[in-house]
Amino acid sequence: MGAQLRVYKRRIRSVTATKKITKAMEMIAASRVVKAQRKVAASTPYAAELTRAVTAVGTGSNTKHPLTTQAETVTRSAVLLLTSDRGLAGAFNSNAIKAAEQLTERLEREGKQVDIYIVGRRGVAHYNFRERKIAESWSGFTDEPTYADAKKVAAPLIEAIETETAEGGVDELHIVYTEFVSMMTQQALDARMLPLSIEEIAEERPKGEILPLYDFEPSAEDVLDALLPRYVESRIYNALLQSAASKHAATRRAMKSATDNAGELIETLSRLANAARQAEITQEISEIVGGTAALADATAGSDR
Amino acid sequence: MAAELHVALVAADREVWSGQATLVVARTTSGDIGVMPGHQPLLGVLESGPVTIRTSEGGTVIAAVHGGFISFADDKLSLLAEIAELSDEIDVQRAERELERAKAEGDDVAERRAEVRLRAATAR
Repeated sequence: MGAQLRVYKRRIRSVTATKKITKAMEMIAASRVVKAQRKVAASTPYAAELTRAVTAVGTGSNTKHPLTTQAETVTRSAVLLLTSDRGLAGAFNSNAIKAAEQLTERLEREGKQVDIYIVGRRGVAHYNFRERKIAESWSGFTDEPTYADAKKVAAPLIEAIETETAEGGVDELHIVYTEFVSMMTQQALDARMLPLSIEEIAEERPKGEILPLYDFEPSAEDVLDALLPRYVESRIYNALLQSAASKHAATRRAMKSATDNAGELIETLSRLANAARQAEITQEISEIVGGTAALADATAGSDR
Repeated sequence: MAAELHVALVAADREVWSGQATLVVARTTSGDIGVMPGHQPLLGVLESGPVTIRTSEGGTVIAAVHGGFISFADDKLSLLAEIAELSDEIDVQRAERELERAKAEGDDVAERRAEVRLRAATAR
């Protein structure tokens, strides 16, 4: 076998192996998207009921709460960025990070100090590499977040917002995550989560539904006290789940194009290998023909 | 009037149980409360404890609920909990082990959780 043909064969083998891997990853990601989507759907009844309850308390009483009161001057804000632990997901992480940086820039232009909280190793690595300060970070659960994880993330954030600004607390909380729009579309977006505006929550509800006048047990204040942290947790949980679903969808897409590219490469390489083999055969034939002709010439000469 | 409550027991990550019922008894921070059809709209904070649902078919569903809320309006009752388990989902032996471990370690929260589980499991 010619040297060139051998090189082609070797490359085809290695690309085929890579293609198998990317194909497997594509299929794993595809099955995980479905699972993650199902989790998003499963968490919806709780979130919907909670939203309804918050709206009910918010509109049914004039209670004030640190989580709903807007500070007069915002000096420090917290940004919670949701990324993934692992890469191979196309532009998923860089889009989320980019959105977070744009938000940070905007907040800083408004004269606010920004504390950054990060979920996922990719985001942490990005900030560490640039030697930027991270207030707190979590990782290890981004593929399949549970409610306990959301609680873990929410606790220090709620604490920070309840602390006075002078003592290192924050006045508002923004979240940057990747919304799962569809299998093909995921969108990094930022949203202000705290302080909560009850009007905004109320607007999300279908119009025309009149909320009944509730009897609060033990009192409206206590109910609100207990409800709001849960509401924040459930929002963070929802964002984590959407992020996970988006990540798997992005991985699936990235791996699909990797598989397609590998297939194309294999095709090109096998064409080249075929050409090389054909050239080799042609050369061998002409060598044989040349050899026999020379031999015939030689025998013809000795006969004379 | 065949009055019925539509009950939905939802945990943070799934819907645990839903169906028609005639009576729901739950423990709020200010004491046990029983809700029957036609109750006035109510929103309360739940303590961790067992919740008893008497279904319209005459059966009884008991669930262990760890923190959460009860909200009732228009004969629709929802029980929201971070963690909720039906009594027949609870593994009694595991709960007992957990209770012992929590007692040994002095973990009050875990102890309470295991106790509620056990109570719900034995009440069925």
